[in-house]
Amino acid sequence: MEFVIAIVIGILVTIGTYLLLSRQLLRIVLGSSLISHSVNLLIITSGGLKTGNAPLLGEGKVGFTDALPQALILTAIVINFAVTAFVLVLSYRSFKVNGTDDMEKLRGNEYE
Amino acid sequence: MNSFYIILFLPFLFAIIVPFLFKYINKRIHTGWFVLFVPLTIFLYLLQYIPIVAKGDTREYILPWIPSLNINITTYIDGLGLLFGLLISGVGTLVILYSIYYLSKEREELHNFYIYLLMFMGAMLGLVFSDHILILYGFWELTSISSFLLIGYWFERKNSRYGALKSLLITVFGGLAMLAGFIMLILMAETYSIREMIANVGEITNHSLFITALVLVLLGAFTKSAQFPFSIWLPDAMEAPTPVSAYLHSATMVKAGIYLVARLTPIFAGSASWFWLVAGVGIVTLFYGSFNAIRQTDLKALLAFSTISQLGLVMSLLGIGSLAVYFGQSENGILFSAATFAAIFHLFNHSTFKGSLFMVVGIVDHETGTRDIRRLGGLMHVMPITFTIAVIGAFSMAGLPPFNGFLSKEMFFAGVNDVANAGVFGLEQFGLLFPIIAWVASVFTFVYCMILVFKTFTGKFRPEKLTRKVHEAPFGMLVSPIILGLIVVLVFFFPNVLGEYILIPALAAVLPMMQINASDFHISAWHGVNLELWMTIGVVVVGILLYKTLKGWVKLFNNYPYRLTLNHFYDQSLAGTEQFSQNVTNRYMTGSLRQYLVYIFAFFVLLLMGSFITLYGFQFDFSKFAPIELFDIAIVIGIVLAAFVVLFTSHRITAIVTLGAIGYFVSMFFVLFQAPDLGLTQFVVETVTTVLFLLCFYHLPKLKKNIGKISFKLTNLIISLAMGATVTILALAAFGHKVFEPISYFFEKSYELAGAKNIVNAILVDFRGFDTMLEISVLAIAGLGVYVLIRQGSRRREQSNETK
Repeated sequence: MEFVIAIVIGILVTIGTYLLLSRQLLRIVLGSSLISHSVNLLIITSGGLKTGNAPLLGEGKVGFTDALPQALILTAIVINFAVTAFVLVLSYRSFKVNGTDDMEKLRGNEYE
Repeated sequence: MNSFYIILFLPFLFAIIVPFLFKYINKRIHTGWFVLFVPLTIFLYLLQYIPIVAKGDTREYILPWIPSLNINITTYIDGLGLLFGLLISGVGTLVILYSIYYLSKEREELHNFYIYLLMFMGAMLGLVFSDHILILYGFWELTSISSFLLIGYWFERKNSRYGALKSLLITVFGGLAMLAGFIMLILMAETYSIREMIANVGEITNHSLFITALVLVLLGAFTKSAQFPFSIWLPDAMEAPTPVSAYLHSATMVKAGIYLVARLTPIFAGSASWFWLVAGVGIVTLFYGSFNAIRQTDLKALLAFSTISQLGLVMSLLGIGSLAVYFGQSENGILFSAATFAAIFHLFNHSTFKGSLFMVVGIVDHETGTRDIRRLGGLMHVMPITFTIAVIGAFSMAGLPPFNGFLSKEMFFAGVNDVANAGVFGLEQFGLLFPIIAWVASVFTFVYCMILVFKTFTGKFRPEKLTRKVHEAPFGMLVSPIILGLIVVLVFFFPNVLGEYILIPALAAVLPMMQINASDFHISAWHGVNLELWMTIGVVVVGILLYKTLKGWVKLFNNYPYRLTLNHFYDQSLAGTEQFSQNVTNRYMTGSLRQYLVYIFAFFVLLLMGSFITLYGFQFDFSKFAPIELFDIAIVIGIVLAAFVVLFTSHRITAIVTLGAIGYFVSMFFVLFQAPDLGLTQFVVETVTTVLFLLCFYHLPKLKKNIGKISFKLTNLIISLAMGATVTILALAAFGHKVFEPISYFFEKSYELAGAKNIVNAILVDFRGFDTMLEISVLAIAGLGVYVLIRQGSRRREQSNETK
């Protein structure tokens, strides 16, 4: 299973990177979203997959799956959300002010 | 603290007071009068060491600075240091006296001038008395900096700034090389003290770094002392006020390199590379300086080149004297230590006559308004005293009796003649070059000395070419050059007083391994009819002939193309380096984010993959992997398909919705992997994110709604594939290596420790609560950021509407 997930992570990173390297702001945001998904999958996989039950006590079960990566991912999801929201609004503003979402046109002043 | 340190730091301490003196008292009394007392005190104080040093004693003082690193201001007073100390303070006194009359108290920013000058004086004194090699370096750089400030004293002139920058670049370049050499010396001898290095010289000589350290240290000495080809800064440093030129660029700073070579002679001398570098570069500089001095039409430039040439003379004598170390205590050894003695003697003489000559030129400039030889002439009758001093100084420089230059020039000829017969270090073949070059250079020296005196002071007086009404300089201005001129003459008649009390102790400091017998170094003006005398007579005869026919051949100099000069090379290399670095920066700093990302990703891939392959190779352990079920396969296929749709779609809505689908697939993964909290959060967050995406792009103009086909780029594809492959391989490798047991079993005690049955939530709010707190802050900051971005935008729109 880990092998398949590693391939999925690789595909997501590949597509995410390709999108990051494209010219359009929206695609860059999409790419960063894909990469963050792949990172979350990587973290949860590193704890080992399907090694036990959901980490909930009091249901009479023993042998839980690793809870620490889950806590880390939960934090990561929320931070990703915050950053994505900010970047989205930023790209929206950037489009409003500069009139373009083409990264090649959004360069600094050549004579800086 | 010893009184010596008070004296040593007196210039720095006094520099603090100077601005107050300038502000409150300068209107009535010239600030220079107060400054004058500083070098005078130092000079008088140092005089008391003469009898001590003459007896062969030395004094050593230690002032702790950073004791834990063994860095202390260790000072050591011996013959060499004392000679320099007396020169610095003595000439310093005269120069400050001269500057009081030279610089107007109304028009000039005197506080700047005297602060810089005192800084320089203090640095120079520290340099010559330091025994700690790093402290020596510190003072060395301080002389570079204060010299930079003094050259650029009239900073509103472009040439001053150019000269200052040039001298700083060249001397600091050498200084840094020298620092590297010093550090090597410290490593080799395992001490900071120069005297202990000399004591442990055996370890240094046989060390593999010996030659490298030698070259680096000499680089520092050569740049500071304006040796070929680093001499180019000195002529441009003539933009400084004349007192500065007289003090720094003839008597003191340019001799710092000489001092260093002399000081380190006991460490490095005796090797062929030291001999050839020091003596060879010195003799080339001697020739180069004297050759170029003739073509100058500006008096100060002429003096600058003559300084270069004379420094080369001293340097080559030091090189020749280093043979004494090779021969040791033998007849030859004593013969060559005479060359070192000559070097020290000429060093002293040069300070006296060159100082006075600079002051003379300053007087001429001050009284006539020009230093151009072509406009001057016939000043002899107008300025008789100045003329007399000029004759004394110039004839001494040319090496004529009855002036001190004659004595040291004769000793120089003796030195180069001896070298021709030394018969070591390849001198069998090339030894004869030394006397020949030295003789030719002396002829040129003679010619430019004559130009200096006779073109300025004889011939027709042409007041119509001068802007000012010419008259003799005020007495105060003449005092300093008169004193220097008197020394020039006195030393000729009583050279052995100076020799016995100052020069022989200095010689003993340069060659500590030799038994210095005072009777071997008896200077006599009449030393019989020998080769040296005939050489001097030849110099005079040929020199007079050349001077008489000067008009005929001096024009030949003009045929020398500017493109081949060292200055042109310096300017070109400076401009070239600037252009080159600008080109390089423009090449990779394009301003395109995509390119920067390419660099980052490429670096990431190369570094990680490279180190992974070289360190571990491809070793995966699949044994612990969980089994694959049908449901997993379905989600994997779904997620991959959706990702490709995001990549290839040309509709924004499709892209956004598909991205949402990927998020839901991921949340299903979390459910499958027994992570209910994650599944829940991922589900909610994905929904909100999708809504946000839609909201944002709902506001965009219709025209742009289509995001267009993504363009295919091979580089991007390669980089992306490499990134994906790297992450996959690293993930696989990491899954296979479980080095330590996980700590997660600890968290399973969450009920006992935190009273929580949901382990993940217990971790979030109890075990690792700080993460959560800061994550909340991140969310809050992002919310504020979004709010501000939107508000600010609308406010600006309102403003722009109002201005319309």
